[in-house]
Amino acid sequence: MSGVSSPGHIDVSIEHKRADPAKGNGDKHPNTCPGCGSHYRDDELAANLRVCPQCGFHFPVRAPERIEQLADPGTFEEEDAELRSADPLAFFDLKPYVERLAEAESTTGLGDAMLTGRAAIDGHACRVAAMDFSFMGGSMGSVVGERFARACDRTADEQGVLVSVSASGGARMQEGILALMQLPKTVAAVDELHDAGGTLLSVLAHPTTGGVTASFASLGDVILAEPGALTSFAGPRVVAQTTREKLPDDFGLAESNFRFGHVDAVVPRPELRATLARLLRLFGRAA
Amino acid sequence: MTQEAELGLRDRLAQLSGVKLLRGTRLSAELERLQRQLERLREDTSDEEIWKRVELARHEKRPYTLDYVERMLDDWFELHGDRGRMDDTAMVAGIGRLNGRTIALVGHQKGRDLKTRVYRNYGMAYPEGYRKAMRTMALAERHGFPVVSLVDTPGAFPGVAAEQHGQGGAIARTQAVMLRLGVPTIAVVIGEGGSGGAIAIAVADRVLMQENAMYSVISPEGCASILWRDAAQAKKAASAFKPDAAHCLELGVIDGIVPEPEGGAQVDHDAAAALLRDALIAHLHELEDTSGDELRRTRRAKFRSLGVLARV
Repeated sequence: MSGVSSPGHIDVSIEHKRADPAKGNGDKHPNTCPGCGSHYRDDELAANLRVCPQCGFHFPVRAPERIEQLADPGTFEEEDAELRSADPLAFFDLKPYVERLAEAESTTGLGDAMLTGRAAIDGHACRVAAMDFSFMGGSMGSVVGERFARACDRTADEQGVLVSVSASGGARMQEGILALMQLPKTVAAVDELHDAGGTLLSVLAHPTTGGVTASFASLGDVILAEPGALTSFAGPRVVAQTTREKLPDDFGLAESNFRFGHVDAVVPRPELRATLARLLRLFGRAA
Repeated sequence: MTQEAELGLRDRLAQLSGVKLLRGTRLSAELERLQRQLERLREDTSDEEIWKRVELARHEKRPYTLDYVERMLDDWFELHGDRGRMDDTAMVAGIGRLNGRTIALVGHQKGRDLKTRVYRNYGMAYPEGYRKAMRTMALAERHGFPVVSLVDTPGAFPGVAAEQHGQGGAIARTQAVMLRLGVPTIAVVIGEGGSGGAIAIAVADRVLMQENAMYSVISPEGCASILWRDAAQAKKAASAFKPDAAHCLELGVIDGIVPEPEGGAQVDHDAAAALLRDALIAHLHELEDTSGDELRRTRRAKFRSLGVLARV
């Protein structure tokens, strides 16, 4: 892990007790740790990569900040930023879908729930596709599907490496059946990337559930997960309601998925950049 | 919306009629198919109509996968097990003869009474079911058998063991396997096409829906409980995300609608099976001269193109 500086010692033990993911932070301030109750100023937390210095709890990271954490300064160039979702079903629940989209865009400053572009990690050129849970629960609709697919195409052209960081509640219901079609669409894109000799490194952040788990996020050449991240197809609430089973304490968490063989490594956030740099070196073409 | 779709179809019709003798008879078959779809579409689907279709799609007397198998195929030989862990009874797989030709078939299987419903896990497969489907597809690829999949599931099973055995990964990989097949593939939604559990085996050259089937990203109840916070609003949810065949056709998600006997497939299983069989034979005939590479390329391109974007 040479060549990448990491911040000072942070306790990243993965055995910490996770707060109920369904409840999240409850009514607490977003900078109050659900793990140990410590409270932080935003700059303190950001300086610690949004990992609690007391207990190692991993707070959620927005897509732009995630890219800032991983990419070499000034190397990220966003691509396909102009893509926006249409409203093919004229979907209306308690609010029209177009209104929800506009609201999400103005509160997050993003065009949709995934940010893609070229970047360098520790000097290794690559592409990054980072999801943002605060844009409609990181749900995957036509724009997420298209941005991801185009990122795969561009990576395939260069036989390069695409690093995806997922955080998603699943397919975007407001786009109906077309949201479901983003599963085979992204799967096809990964398949073509692989055909061209390219690589997908898939990082699962909290939470990666539903359609994203059932498509590209599970097809990485290497799959990494953050400690305590819920990464399951069905969420704990659905499983509990449907089956009335008693769920194990670590149901669907990264550590459990590691034990059952679905992820290659559980990587604490302070080590993520160095781990990706190492993999980029391993998968990179010899100059 | 429906008007736009009608225009879209008319457009395609006009385009096709303009291309003279490009691919001979197959083109005119395509033309007829589009014309029939257009007629169907003209009868606009109301909210009531959509809900009626949801009820028919889940009708307890509706024919299930094995009901079709026994009526459509000769010499059916069922394959069991995923060659790793178990035999998932919610997913059936096997080989048989359709119109004198050996095909491989996979499909979700529901039960009809309490005992068989539990035995079939209400048509909700574990990862092992998807792995059984994958190994059957690999077999078909080796022997050049076309693959037919029949989709009828409320969704992939949401259970502790299913997650531990890798439900998400199994669904993702089944799609990847289907995208790579070099043999003709047809998927038909014959009842409930529920979310990830359905799409896993529906990434085909031709995706069809029976007239009264539904295909959706989430169940109406699930959608209602999330967006309306009340599962009782299922009817409202269904009319918002429009899971009926006409709308799926309009959105370009399916390639055709398979007619059912008057009143629905549950009324006459034999007639429903005959209609489905005709559709399968016609579509397989259209695909039979296409090379494996071409099938793969067209299939990938089709699924890559799905989605609706706006530009700012």
